[in-house]
Amino acid sequence: MKKSIDLINERIRDGNAHVVTAEEMPLIVTELGEEEALKEVDVVTTGTFGAMCSSGAFLNFGHAEPPIRMERVWLNDVEVFAGLAAVDAYVGATQQSTTQQSVYGGAHILEDLIGGKSIELRAISHGTDCYPRRTITTQLVLDDMNQAIMVNPRNAYQRYNAATNTTDRTLHTYMGMLLPHGGNIAYSGSGVLNPISNDPKFRLIGSGVPIFLGGAIGTVVGEGTQHSPAGAFGTLMTCGDMKQMSNTFVRAATMHGYGVTLYLGVGVPLPIIDIESVRSTAVTDRDISVDILDYGVPSSNRPSIRKVTYEELKSGMITINGEDVRTSPLSSLKRARIVADTLKDWVKAGKMQLTLPAVRINPDKAGKPMRETAHVPRVIDIMDRRFIPIDEESPIKVAAETLLKDETNHLPVVNKKGQLVGIVTTYDVSKAVARPGNKTCVRDIMTKKVITTNPDEAVDVAIQKLERHNISALAVVDRENKVVAMLTAIALGKLFEQRWSR
Amino acid sequence: MVTLKLLVSVSRKQGKYPIIAQVVKETGVLVNVERAMIDSHEGELLIDVPDDSCELVRQKIAGLGASVRILDRGIRIDTRECVDCGACISICPQEVFSFGDDWGILVEEEKCVICGKCVIACPHSALFLSGEIPERPF
Repeated sequence: MKKSIDLINERIRDGNAHVVTAEEMPLIVTELGEEEALKEVDVVTTGTFGAMCSSGAFLNFGHAEPPIRMERVWLNDVEVFAGLAAVDAYVGATQQSTTQQSVYGGAHILEDLIGGKSIELRAISHGTDCYPRRTITTQLVLDDMNQAIMVNPRNAYQRYNAATNTTDRTLHTYMGMLLPHGGNIAYSGSGVLNPISNDPKFRLIGSGVPIFLGGAIGTVVGEGTQHSPAGAFGTLMTCGDMKQMSNTFVRAATMHGYGVTLYLGVGVPLPIIDIESVRSTAVTDRDISVDILDYGVPSSNRPSIRKVTYEELKSGMITINGEDVRTSPLSSLKRARIVADTLKDWVKAGKMQLTLPAVRINPDKAGKPMRETAHVPRVIDIMDRRFIPIDEESPIKVAAETLLKDETNHLPVVNKKGQLVGIVTTYDVSKAVARPGNKTCVRDIMTKKVITTNPDEAVDVAIQKLERHNISALAVVDRENKVVAMLTAIALGKLFEQRWSR
Repeated sequence: MVTLKLLVSVSRKQGKYPIIAQVVKETGVLVNVERAMIDSHEGELLIDVPDDSCELVRQKIAGLGASVRILDRGIRIDTRECVDCGACISICPQEVFSFGDDWGILVEEEKCVICGKCVIACPHSALFLSGEIPERPF
């Protein structure tokens, strides 16, 4: 049996459509069976409310008198993209204020405009025959603009990997605060309510399909950027009229240590036209699994600690290596429900008619990493192999002589097997001479906790280590913890000289 | 048992003197140190004491020269800014935050030791340690 979209729309118009949320659907299918559920249910509504960094809006300000061809534009000190003719601009959600940095950004502009607040526009131009004006400063509210159209390159991720941190320090990421030693797990997305999780083959969601966007009726533009449904990471590009939106569903946020982002409510009503749409909307939190990635590894290939379902994540506690670890979401499940419920009310009330995709979204695409044509500098490229290790049992005087002879400030200290056991600096030696006490050999004065790098590590990661620990050299060790070189701030200075002179 | 939280501030000079040990010894009240931050200049301790011996402990600490204040409020939540995301839940060492049946945030303020972790972790700047919830710029 099949049900036409026309029949569903007729029922919506007549006020007879049976609409349920994606949370209610699994039980209905279990109780009635697929055939009966198809007859019974006309529309399943979905919803999610969470951080969607890849969002923004096109604004048209109208022409000034005399007119200006705006070349650079700031809204409340947030620079917006103005390479779009004379008086259009695109506000990107994560763009940060020139003066306030992460406290205020593009997302706040969107929130404030929707909230009815006044925004200061500043623009400059070099002046042309047709657009003579060179500067403009004015206050604008949303109603002053001809158009304010939210167009979001990447919304409503199908699912998102959860995050933890196995290092010994707290990390501040776009996945929120991650405690050391795997102390917590953060996750994103609404699981069973996620739009694409209820239509992973993109049979119902595609270009032109009406959606809930920030409290307004918007549409799906097509596939989102980084759309990668082959790995179950599909995304949507969406658009909608900001003038119809509400602050309940459009909220600016700042992830400490990461920056500004936008919290947005997105939902898609799914027409139940055939058995396959019944099956795909019968998905539960138990059916949707993600990896828990270790954000302690500063790479785009973060290792997975284990797989986990949204059911486990939503339980608030999961087990890793026999230990209970607390989980918490970054997305609001309460507001995701409100999105799905609001959509349900809209469809029931005949406020929106449904369509099937005007153009289908590719359901098999796989995203790929960036092709890099320039060599990424690694520690091996700039490390200093001409270092002299010192034995941990050497007298302090020998350390002093070696430092002098080598014109260096750092000596790696090794044991009989050549393994790194400490580091001695000119400061340590001076201190030992000034305050001798009963210190006689290098072991007595060395720093035992040495910060190390390895030859394959990216230079930028090594720099982070130097900065974080406020030190000027790293010991470069191999897999057996044998010292192979030293990496000093001086070598880094040389590298940057080359970078800038290129 | 009902307990009260006291915030004890000591100067560097007093930091060398075992104030808490002295108080416990003299009053016999088992004081629970929930948080302590002591550096070269000053120290701040958050202690938990039984309700009925709070005044005794407070006077004893004050008598030893430290300033002491009863903390009747823990973390505050600005419900206009909170979107019930839950970012505060798993990072709180005291399990102050949890979800209610409708996925709304529940706050058990009396568990709070005012460590401030959640203030940083909140994406919506909806949490405050003390004082009035401020009006926002813009």
